[in-house]
Amino acid sequence: MEYIILILAGILFATAIYNLLQKQLLRIIIGTVLLSHGAHLVILTMGKLKRGQPPILDDAVTDYTDPLPQALILTSIVISFGITSLLLVLAYRTAQENKTDNIEEMRGEPNE
Amino acid sequence: MSLLHFIILLPFFAAIIIPYIYKKFNAKIHTGWFVVVIPLVILIHLALQIPNISTGDTILLSMPWIPSLGINFDIYVDGLALLFGLIISGIGTLVVFYSIFYMDKKREELHNFYVYLLLFMGAMLGLVVSDNVFVLYTLWELTSVSSFLLIAYWYERKKSRAGALKAMIITVFGGLAMLAGLILLTMITDTYSLREMFANVTLITESSLFIPAMVLILIGAFTKSAQYPFSIWLPDAMEAPTPISAYLHSATMVKAGIYLVARMTPIFGGNAAWFWMVGGIGVITLIYGSVRAVRQTDLKALLAFSTISQLGLIMSLLGVGSAALYFDIGDAQEIYAFAIFAALFHLFNHSTFKGALFMVVGIIDHETGTRDIRRLGGLMSIMPLTFTIALIGSLSMAGLPPFNGFLSKEMFFTGMLSASEISFFTLEELTILFPIIAWVASVFTFIYCLILLVRPFFGTFKPDKLPKEKIHEAPVGMLIPPAILGALVVLIFFFPNLLANYILKPALISVIPGMTMETVPFKITAWHGFQTELWMTIGVIVLGSILFVAIKKWNIAFRVYPDKLSLNYLYSNGIENLEQGSASFTNRYMTGSIRHYLLYIFVFIVLILGTALIVFDAITFDFSNNAYVTVYDIGILAAMVAATFTVLFTKNRITAIVALGAVGYLMVMLFVIFRAPDLAMTQMVVETATTVLFLLCFYHLPKLEKKIEKMKFKVTNLVVSLAVGVTMTVLTLVATGHQLFTPITTFFENAYELAGAKNIVNAILVDFRGFDTMLEIAVLLIAGIGVYTLVKLQHKGSDSDEAGTK
Repeated sequence: MEYIILILAGILFATAIYNLLQKQLLRIIIGTVLLSHGAHLVILTMGKLKRGQPPILDDAVTDYTDPLPQALILTSIVISFGITSLLLVLAYRTAQENKTDNIEEMRGEPNE
Repeated sequence: MSLLHFIILLPFFAAIIIPYIYKKFNAKIHTGWFVVVIPLVILIHLALQIPNISTGDTILLSMPWIPSLGINFDIYVDGLALLFGLIISGIGTLVVFYSIFYMDKKREELHNFYVYLLLFMGAMLGLVVSDNVFVLYTLWELTSVSSFLLIAYWYERKKSRAGALKAMIITVFGGLAMLAGLILLTMITDTYSLREMFANVTLITESSLFIPAMVLILIGAFTKSAQYPFSIWLPDAMEAPTPISAYLHSATMVKAGIYLVARMTPIFGGNAAWFWMVGGIGVITLIYGSVRAVRQTDLKALLAFSTISQLGLIMSLLGVGSAALYFDIGDAQEIYAFAIFAALFHLFNHSTFKGALFMVVGIIDHETGTRDIRRLGGLMSIMPLTFTIALIGSLSMAGLPPFNGFLSKEMFFTGMLSASEISFFTLEELTILFPIIAWVASVFTFIYCLILLVRPFFGTFKPDKLPKEKIHEAPVGMLIPPAILGALVVLIFFFPNLLANYILKPALISVIPGMTMETVPFKITAWHGFQTELWMTIGVIVLGSILFVAIKKWNIAFRVYPDKLSLNYLYSNGIENLEQGSASFTNRYMTGSIRHYLLYIFVFIVLILGTALIVFDAITFDFSNNAYVTVYDIGILAAMVAATFTVLFTKNRITAIVALGAVGYLMVMLFVIFRAPDLAMTQMVVETATTVLFLLCFYHLPKLEKKIEKMKFKVTNLVVSLAVGVTMTVLTLVATGHQLFTPITTFFENAYELAGAKNIVNAILVDFRGFDTMLEIAVLLIAGIGVYTLVKLQHKGSDSDEAGTK
């Protein structure tokens, strides 16, 4: 199972970077979202997959999946959500002010 | 801090006070009158040391500066330091005196002038007496900086600024090379003290760093002393006020390099490389300077090239004389030590007559308003006193009796003739060139000395060509300093041994440590029979006179020499190319395009990680411990891949956003099958909010943004993103096959006992690792404030149409 997930993470990384290298703002933000999905998958896989029950204490269960990566991913999800929303509003405002969402057209003056 | 320390540092203290004195008294009294006291006090104090030093004694005084690093301001006064100290303070006194009459107290910013001058004087004095190499370097750079300030004293002139910059770049380049050389020396000997280095000469000579240290230190000395090819800054430094040119660029600063070479001779002398570098560069500079000087039409430029040439002369003598260290005490040593003796003698003589000549040129400039020899002429009867001093100075420089230049020029020929007999260094056949070049250079020296004398003072007076109308003799105050120097020139000719016994001999024994005051035999005599040297001098006079008379016939030959081969052209062209080259290099990779920067980053990530994986032979997979795969898993994964590719390939924004949402929800499914209920819930909520935001931002953009655009395909993008994906996959696959330590998971199963919670993940988030959660809340808070600010704070530009988009 692990290697399949890691290959999937690799696909996510590749598509994320392909998107990051585009010039439309939307594509770039999509790239960051895909990148964080890939990272979450990697963290989860590193903690071993499908080894036991959900980490909710129950007297009948002795084997739990590793709760630590889950806690880390939870933190990461929230942080990347914060950043994504900020990026989105930033991109929105940028496009609004500059009348374009093409990043190649957003150049400062020389010697600015 | 001893009295001598105080005396040496006196110029620095005075530099602090002078601006206040200027503010208070300048309206009535010229600030120079207060300044002139300082070099005079130093001169008297140093002169009082002559009886002590002339018996071969030395003075060593220590003052801690940074004791923990072993850097102390140790003063070591021997004959060499005293010789330089006397020149610096003596000429300094005369120059300040001269400047009182040269610099107008109403028009000039005198406080700046004297502060820079005092800084320079203090730095130069400290440099020659310092025993610690780092103090020596510090003061060396301070002379560069103060010289820079003085050259650009009239900073509103473009040429002054250009000259100052050039001098700064070249001398600081040399200074840094010297620092590296000094550091190498301290690495070899493990001491910062020059005296202790002299005691460990064999250690240095046998070290593999001997040659690098020597070359680096010589670069420092050559740049400072305007030796070929670093001489180009000196003619441009003539934009400085004339007292400064007289002081810095003839008598003192340019001799700092001479001082360094003389100081380092006990360490490096007696070696073929040193002999050839110092002696060879010296004679090249000698001939280069004297030939170029003949071409000049500006009197100060002529004097600048003559200074270059004379410095080359002194340098070549030091180079030839360093052969003395090859021998033990004896006749052979004496022959070459005589060259050093000649160098020191000429050093002193040059300071006297060159100082006087600069002051004379300053007087001509001051009284007529020009320094161009094509406009000057016939000043002899109008300025008889100035003419007398010019006569003494230029004939001394030409090497005629009864002036001191004659003595040192004869000794120079003796030294060069002895150089031609050297038979113990490599390339010994070439040493025959020394006397030949020296003789030719002397002929040119004779010619430019005559030009300097004849063109302004003889011939017809051309009042209509001069900027000033009433031409008359200079004020007495301006004439006194050059007159004193002129008197010295004559006096030294008649009583050379007074100078030799008290000052030059102690200086000689500090250059050649094997000698003592008793064994130094040298006596300077004006007449020593009809020997080769005398015939050489007569030859110089005869040929020089003939060439001077016929100067118009052969002077045209200089025009054949192309400007593109001149050192100045090389320098300015080099600087220009360097600037353009670095600008175009930077512009080539700093394109301003985010895509390019991202490409650099990703390419380097792949290169570094990929290289590491291959170099450490780390690519080993271990799938034996993998979890099982079910049909559901395959279905979810296939859907996810499909959604990802939809994001990639769609033309439509809406489709891309929805497909991205699909990827997010499929992540929720994955979290479910991997038994992470909290993650699944959070991901679901977050994904919903994100998708809504995406739609808000990108679907409701202004009309012009709504066009449908396919991503442009670029092979580089594809290759780079595939490479990153593959690298990360391989890396994580390798990592997942290895487990170095047992996980600490079992500890968290105590959640109930320790934290009172049954949900382990939540217990970790708020109890075991609550700190993370707190800061994550802070991140969300900041993001929220950021979003609010971005929406609320609109650009209030002048164009009104933007107000509607709020």
